[in-house]
Amino acid sequence: MSFHIDATVRARNLDVSLSLGPAETVAILGPNGAGKSTLLSVAAGLLRPDAGSARLGERVLFNLDGGSRVWTPPHLRGTALLAQEPLLFPHLSVLDNVAFGPRSAGASRAQSRETARHWLAEVDVAQLAERKPGQLSGGQAQRVAVARALAASPELLLLDEPMSALDIHAAPHLRRLLKRVLSGHRALIITHDVLDALMLADRVIVMEKGTIVEEGATREVFRRPRSQFAAGLAGLNLLAGTVTEDGLRTFATAGGASLAGGASLHVAGHLDDEAEPGQPGVAAFPPSAVSVFLDAAHGSPRNSFPVAITDLEPHGDHIRVRAGDLAADITPAASAELGLEPGSRVYFVVKATAVQVYAA
Amino acid sequence: MKIARRNVGILLAAGSLIAGLAGCAGSPGAGSSSAGSSSAGSAGSASTSPQLSGTVTVYAAASLKATFTKLASEFEAKNPATKVVLSFAGSSDLVTQITQGAPADVFASADTKNMGKLSDASLVDGKATNFATNVLTIAVPPANPASISSFADLAKPGVKVVVCASQVPCGASAQSVEKATGTTLKPVSEESSVTDVLGKVSSGEADAGLVYVTDVKGAGDKVKGVPFPESSNAFNTYPIATVTTSKHKDLAAAFISLVTGSEGKKVLADAGFGVP
Amino acid sequence: MNYSGIPRWVYGLAAVGGLFVLLPLAAMVAKINWAQFIPLVTSESSLTALGLSIRTSAASTALCVVFGIPLALVLARRPFRGQRLLRAFVLLPLVLPPVVGGIALLYTFGRQGLLGKSLELAGIQIAFSTTAVVLAQTFVGLPFLVVSLEGALRTAGNRYEAVAATLGARPTTILRRVTVPMVLPGLASGAVLSFARSLGEFGATLTFAGSLQGVTRTLPLEIYLQRETDADAAVALSLVLVAVAVIVVGLSYRRPHRADIPAEAAA
Repeated sequence: MSFHIDATVRARNLDVSLSLGPAETVAILGPNGAGKSTLLSVAAGLLRPDAGSARLGERVLFNLDGGSRVWTPPHLRGTALLAQEPLLFPHLSVLDNVAFGPRSAGASRAQSRETARHWLAEVDVAQLAERKPGQLSGGQAQRVAVARALAASPELLLLDEPMSALDIHAAPHLRRLLKRVLSGHRALIITHDVLDALMLADRVIVMEKGTIVEEGATREVFRRPRSQFAAGLAGLNLLAGTVTEDGLRTFATAGGASLAGGASLHVAGHLDDEAEPGQPGVAAFPPSAVSVFLDAAHGSPRNSFPVAITDLEPHGDHIRVRAGDLAADITPAASAELGLEPGSRVYFVVKATAVQVYAA
Repeated sequence: MKIARRNVGILLAAGSLIAGLAGCAGSPGAGSSSAGSSSAGSAGSASTSPQLSGTVTVYAAASLKATFTKLASEFEAKNPATKVVLSFAGSSDLVTQITQGAPADVFASADTKNMGKLSDASLVDGKATNFATNVLTIAVPPANPASISSFADLAKPGVKVVVCASQVPCGASAQSVEKATGTTLKPVSEESSVTDVLGKVSSGEADAGLVYVTDVKGAGDKVKGVPFPESSNAFNTYPIATVTTSKHKDLAAAFISLVTGSEGKKVLADAGFGVP
Repeated sequence: MNYSGIPRWVYGLAAVGGLFVLLPLAAMVAKINWAQFIPLVTSESSLTALGLSIRTSAASTALCVVFGIPLALVLARRPFRGQRLLRAFVLLPLVLPPVVGGIALLYTFGRQGLLGKSLELAGIQIAFSTTAVVLAQTFVGLPFLVVSLEGALRTAGNRYEAVAATLGARPTTILRRVTVPMVLPGLASGAVLSFARSLGEFGATLTFAGSLQGVTRTLPLEIYLQRETDADAAVALSLVLVAVAVIVVGLSYRRPHRADIPAEAAA
């Protein structure tokens, strides 16, 4: 009983292969346009890929590679989709919305309403059963949408940023709810939120430009991110390159335009046990460990990166100084003293002991 | 949204059309009216008078379309400085239009009843002249699928007969024939104009229709006429008159004398009209 | 926020536009012979014509719904080759003179027509029958339903249908339980417009169906005929037609529980 999908959508540059075990929840992370929603649409049967195949347990969802092409329509797939917006049917009561799945599967009106009441109670909105969707708050509506998706007893639940349209009070509530109901369900959840991934997912997948760039157990990915996107979510600066005896030599383009000249440079850092010199690897360090100087600071064991500031933004009680993909957190007082502004050429300085180097 | 935009377009088009028509009707009429009336004094009633000039507007029953079109060009040929504007419609429509102020100089009706209505409205100048008659006949498709050969055949079961409604002249005539012959027709449709009756027969939808002799003649080989003796029980008389409000009474009189004169008689007889 | 953003001269033109419609109606009402009004509109021929008009319009509206919903779905949901052409043809009766529609129908369903010949052999005669009236009305009324329903379908989008499918609903179930209920306001106003257009249908009926009391002589044909002899009756019946149209159109623009949809979309 596992789910496997392998799909290519040329128009959207998607080429992905992934598997889910039974009762496993996987979070899909990635920047906008990475192809996350496209992947979900393909799995749900709303979008036909150019090539590939997918299987959910015994059921072939599609197979476009062999001689005999198979395409199972969405309603026969056992995959329920929960989108950013609840999309409750506006003309049906909350109860009938939730009863929609069981009713479509052939259950009687009474039976399907019974199932609906059960799931409404599961998501703590049993008292809203008789309301129309127009009378619900955003958070309530999304809970009902969760109940509706679960009432269809899907073998795979597809969640496309279910929390992103909710206000900051409703989101934690729904997150706790999802944590409870998703245990025991197989689910794919697209999210932009580290917290969602940490709380809900057993495993995360990072997608960029239509392909999977990183995958692994949630905690491991955030502890040692290997992709720029995951590092951003984990709040770490990340430089990619080749592992050396005492650190990492970056690729010439590492850090993009932020490193003045874009030249290859050496990063001194603490080598992880498994990192072997000569291997591809990454160097990670938190913005809080980075100091900003107007002049190059010399002397080992410190790293000094010449950068051009791209942005300054408030970050808690600090100022986050961004230079391309790199960031430094400094106090407002320090920022004022240095007279920083976008375009300023400065040095990001970080101690070697604050830099972790590990295999990519 | 789409509908709305389209309607605006139609309205605009209609608006400009109305404006255009008003312009056309207004300027030449007004411009030539003084010329027309100034020549009236010396012109007298001679239709060949070279002094006649201007535009004369003739409102005539639809059944007169072919004959009056021909007579109008004869009139223009004889009087090169004149122009005849013709308007054809059902007689009662024309009466309504003239009483509402339509700029007619001459009115030719398909029956005396409608001329009477105009006369009641004090819009007939002098007395109307009867200039033609028309009798009913049976029109059938060329193949005559229902084998109609007499008026009584029209009452046979299964024959699809179309007649005019009793409210219009041709329908009234048909009713008097029915009464005279003791035959009761069960028409499949009672049309509001004789043209519609003819159309249903020529398209083959109906097996037979009651129309005027002149309609059958005018339709060429699209329909065949089946004359019946009882038709003499019902004929229409066509009167013609000058409209009181006309500003071109000399031209109107000249046109009427052409219609009632020998040329007119010949053209009307050729088309199947009878002499009153 | 009370600011309308409408220049003042627009109100002037709007008033002229409104008067352009209202004034002729008022003029007609002023012409009515009220002493004779009730006897005129309750005469046997008037009542027969009114009854026939309402029955045929109801039947043609039903046909418009049955064929218009599928047409609107095909036009709104998925682009295909020739879609623009199909839409243009479906909308053609909107701009076509009705008499042209009548001629076209005659050459299709008439005795000598494209389909009429075969129908005649099968013992079905359409010309001069009430069926012909209904066909003529359907021909001119269909585009109104298709246009307004297609608009409603496009506005609604197909996201709800996608969700319904992933919940296990078959396409037919989705159509019945999601699509149609969601565009019900658009469908209703389209049906009302079709009904109103059918009620006023004249040219195509006259050309294609003929005119016989109780069979094919609908209210507009009766008015046209009465005008020949009895202007008072024609005006009185015209007012009845206007009243029926106003009631029908007025009822449709009350729009039940429309407020739910924006609330849901905003959530």
